[in-house]
Formats: sequence, structure tokens, C-alpha cells
Amino acid sequence: MKNIMINTGNYIAAKAAVMAKPDVVAAYPITPQTTVVEAIASFIKSGEYKGEFICVESEHSAMSACIGAAATGVRTFTATSSHGLLLMHEMLHWAALARLPVVMCNINRVVGPGWNIWADENDSISQRDTGWIQFYCSSNQEIFDTVIQAFKLGENRDVALPVMINYNAFILSHTSMPAEIPTQKEIDDCLGRYKPLWKVDPKNPITFGNIIMPEHYEKIRRAMQDAHENAKKLIPKITKEWENKFGRFNGDLIEKYKCEDAETILLAMGAIAAESKVAIDNLRREGYKIGLARIRTFRPFPNEEIVKLSKKADLIIIDRNISCGNEGALFTEVKSALYKKSDVKVTGFIAGLGGKDVTYNHIIDMYKKSIKGKFKDTIWYGFKEVKA
Amino acid sequence: MAIKDIPDTECVLSGSAACPGCPATMALRTVFKALGKNTVMIVPACCTAVIESLYPKTCFDIPVMNIAFEAAAAGASGVEAGLRMQGKKDTTVVAWAGDGGTYDIGIQALSGAIERQTNFIYICYNNQIYSNTGIQRSGATPLGAWTTTTVGGKTENRKEMGDIIRAHHIPYAAQTCVSYPEDLYNKVKKAKSIKGSKYIEILAPCPPGWRFPMEKTVEMGTLAVETGAWALYEFENEKMTFNGKSKLLLEKKLKPKPIEEWIKYQGRFKHLFTPVRDEKTLKSIQDNTDIIWERYRSCYL
Repeated sequence: MKNIMINTGNYIAAKAAVMAKPDVVAAYPITPQTTVVEAIASFIKSGEYKGEFICVESEHSAMSACIGAAATGVRTFTATSSHGLLLMHEMLHWAALARLPVVMCNINRVVGPGWNIWADENDSISQRDTGWIQFYCSSNQEIFDTVIQAFKLGENRDVALPVMINYNAFILSHTSMPAEIPTQKEIDDCLGRYKPLWKVDPKNPITFGNIIMPEHYEKIRRAMQDAHENAKKLIPKITKEWENKFGRFNGDLIEKYKCEDAETILLAMGAIAAESKVAIDNLRREGYKIGLARIRTFRPFPNEEIVKLSKKADLIIIDRNISCGNEGALFTEVKSALYKKSDVKVTGFIAGLGGKDVTYNHIIDMYKKSIKGKFKDTIWYGFKEVKA
Repeated sequence: MAIKDIPDTECVLSGSAACPGCPATMALRTVFKALGKNTVMIVPACCTAVIESLYPKTCFDIPVMNIAFEAAAAGASGVEAGLRMQGKKDTTVVAWAGDGGTYDIGIQALSGAIERQTNFIYICYNNQIYSNTGIQRSGATPLGAWTTTTVGGKTENRKEMGDIIRAHHIPYAAQTCVSYPEDLYNKVKKAKSIKGSKYIEILAPCPPGWRFPMEKTVEMGTLAVETGAWALYEFENEKMTFNGKSKLLLEKKLKPKPIEEWIKYQGRFKHLFTPVRDEKTLKSIQDNTDIIWERYRSCYL
């Protein structure tokens, strides 16, 4: 019989994390991540989690402690959000360059000022170049599956990179949805034991991270890039295996929805992408040939897949982030993927900043505006001048 | 433990990139002798990160993990937990940081780690400046000292880091000096035998930073203790014990040398003597030293 849990994204993330049996969790509370930390603490009390939970004094220390623990060759997990993620920034680079497969949930939340705890993806988008693999989830089931898959992916020796699992504040973090939970044995069999690339060990007294000359440093950077390319190949394998075993497929680098005959394809991430499915169903009933390509991995970026999609359809990008001085980050990335490979029409929307609601009706409206309107680089959807 | 009984194990190998007369390598030799080879060391940004030598080589015969400037204590918390979860409970975890990484940028992570009673030894080798970046002021720089960011001499007192550490109810804390290897050895050895967080601070006179000849490192440390610019003590079970000459100074069984006897040899205080004597600042430095010792006496005698 299937074990269905109905709970919040955060609880399900915590459940997945403890089922992966990390030896060390180090975390610091921040809204809306707090209930992940609280759930892990409760799993310690109940005996469900037997690892070490270090309640550190900041997110910077949370990531530093995960790095320290991972460097001894054990599995580590943490969770954060928004300012917490930004405070970690230096150590995000450190974890990736050290090739330590720390797994972290980041609950996408607005960056201040002013204080605002709702959904917005500028926090994780601004960590794009840290070397972390970045997933964006759109359901609680996907959060569970991706957390487990993240350990498998990051710990693979051809990858050996930290993995960030992003999901939107409240829309997922605090909303109860059903998720099928495999047995502990199934998870154990899936993950196996972590075999690190390197570790601090008195039996092998190496010095890690000392001064390095340009030629060696460049080699390390190149190896990270190669690892991302390896991840691109490995993610579809892992998700396929998962599908074979558990009968669930959330997509690999991309989740495609009704793309086969589509003349226009929406590209979005996270909760907006989930909402887009409803919009697409509605538009299809009206006779529009539209599909969705939900970007699951922002890093590595699915360039090749996007080029393939562009051969048959125009693209509409919805960004819940803004790289000020330019445009939405996904919009930039998509256009970069298409350079000299496709001259398809690409429209970019900025929507849902500051946690502004983006409903399927809004998405339908964006689509209709896009196909009727003139090509415009970036459209701030529903932007209104509000009085102070 | 007499110096002849200190083990001859060497974990600082040849080929280090330290300056001649470097107190950090001197101290590390003794520290490793006390800790033994079943040790993992966490090093943030500091001179030691350079001393280690260039990748892919190292001058240390124990495993070392470098970490970001402010992250030594947090990184050590992770290392300790990771080793413990694998049943490697007999490995000593030591964080080795400079005064910048301890007094200033690393104080938050250090406070957190001690408050959580992380089972590790945190050692601060204190040369009273950011020496690795080229001699800038730190929270440990004493009043009057020239640095590249206190060009006319520092106008503020240094922090009393020991007071801050003791406020954490730490099981063991100590101050020592590179000039007293037996004292250093014994304190590290004792720290190793105690469970929970341990903090040791080593005064580390830096020839290029303090502007004195490289053969005078030991002498500069000895004079710091004899003038009372630095105190040797241990704090165990909430109780302070002063050691060696510092004990005699505390009990007034020995008269401290005037502070000038220490600072006059250091180019960083040269502006206090030439072209004219800065009597006001010299008096302030002496007065502040006396105040610290009066406070020690009122608290710990």
C-alpha cells in the first residue's frame, strides 16, 4: 500500500532530508524555512533522526559547519531562505570549489529592504555563479523526490557538487499537499553509502585549500564546469531510475507539458510553472496550441533542450526575479542558449515579484498579450504605480 | 614538563613559507608536539594559510582544512560533528586562527561554537595585527601602536578577549606566549585532556609587523610578560590561575618592568620616542597596563 503523507512543503522536505540519513545537519532559523528546522528537531526527539543537528548562530556558520562535516566524509543537509542564503554566499562558493556535496533546501523569499517574507526568486538567482546545482520545484511531491535525488546526484563522483533545492515561500513551503513517501529501505537502497572524493583524515595528512597558482586554479574551475556537464547527463538517468522504481516523473532538466504540437511554449520555474499548467489546459480548450517547459535545473542550464523546443515554437519566459540593469535572469539565459541556433520569437515577462500573486488567469493574459502584441524585450506584467 | 621532555615529533616540515623569526611556526611546532598526529587542524585566512606553502605541497604533517576568514570555529564544529558521527572520538579538532580571525571577523562563529560547547581547541596566535594582509590594525592592536591603518599610532585600547571568552563559562581557557614553550606545551596538553570547548591564546611577536629584528622574537615575548603587557594564565572550572612571572606580578612579589622596556625595541612605537617623546601617550600605555593588573588583582587574587 502506498504511504501518502499530506503535509507542507517544509515538513516533506525535512522528512526527505532525514530519510537520506545525513550524519550532520547544521541550520539557522529564518522565515519561511523555520518549520524545516523545527521538523528536524522533532525527528531527533522522536528518534526518527539519529544524526547530529548543530544549531548554529548564523547561516554563514550553518554552511561553514556543513562544509567542515562534509570534509570529514559524511552526508550533510541544511535549509535556508532569502537573507540566510545571501549570508551564506561566500561559503556557497567554498562548498562548490571544495567539491563537497552539501544538500540544501532554499525557500525562495523576497530580499529586503523592506521586509517581506513572500515568494520571489531573486535570492537563489543571485547565487547562480556559486557552482551549486540548482533545482526549482513546483509540488511537495517533487520536493521530496528532488531532495533524495539531490544526494544521489551530488554524491556521484563524476559530479561531486553541492545541490540547492528551491521552492517558493508559502505557496509550497506552508501549503499542505499529498506526497507519496517511499519506505526507508527503498531510500537506503536508492542512495547507498556516500563515498567522498577526499576527506580530512589523520591517516592521510593532506592540506586542503592552501595557496594555489593560476594554472592549478584554472584546472579546478574547469573540473567544476565538467562536473556540471556530467550532471546534465546524470540527472535524466536518475529521474528515469526514479520513475522506474516509484512510478513518478517530475521531469529531468526540464519538465515538458503538452509541448509535442505546441506553437508557443511557456518557460517558467517553481510555483508559476505549476500554475502555468492550469493556464495551458484552459488555453488548449480555447484552441490555442501552447505547452509548458518547466525549467527544473537553472544550473546546469538546459541549453540543448531549449534549442530543441525553439525549433517548433515561439517562447514566452516568465521570471519571478529581475537582474536590475538588464532583465529577468531566465529570459537572458534562454536567449543566450538560442544565440546563432534559433531566431524564434522570445518574449519575457517579469511577474510575481515581492510575492505578488500570479494566477492562471494572469498567465493566460500574458500569453494572449504576447501573441497579439508586438515583440517587446521585457514586459513587467500587471505593474501598477502604487501610491505610498 | 621540562623542555628536554617535550617529544621530538615534528609536524612542521621543512619548506614552510614563513618569514624568518616567525612566531607562528615556532608555536605550531610545540602545539603539534602536545597534540600528536591524531589531530585535524582548521585554518582560516591568516599567515598560516601562507606558511603552509603552495598547493600541491604542504609543510604540515597533519591534515589541514583551510576555511574562510570568519569561519574557523563553525568549520571546526562541523569537522568535530562529522568525526564524532563516524566514531572517531579520539581525534583532536583544533582551530588555529590569528587575532583578526578571532577578535574581529571570527568572533561570532567562535562565540557560537563555545556556547554550544563544541568539543575542540581554539588557538589564537595573536600578533596584534592583520599581518598577512600587510600590518593593519585589529581589535588586538595595543594603544599607541603604528600600523598601516593607524598611521599616527592606535588611539584605542585593545580588546580583553580573555574576558569575553571567560564569559562563555568555557571549561578551559589560557593565555601563553611563544617565548615559553613549556608553558605552551603544558596548556595545549591540558586542553587536549578536557572535554568541551577550550581556548588558548598565544602572544606571537611578529618581526616585520612590530618592526624588530628577526632574532628578537623570543625576547619580545619575554619582555611582554615581564612588563605586564601580556599575562600568562589559565582559567579552569571558573577559576583563574596566573602562571610563571605573571603570578609573581599579580601577587606583587615581582615588580613589573616599565612598559617602555618592551615598546622601545619595537619600530611600531618609534613615533612615541622620536622626534620628541610623546609623554602623554607613553603614560597612557603604562597607566592602562597598570589598570588591567589592578583589575586582575581585584578579581582573581
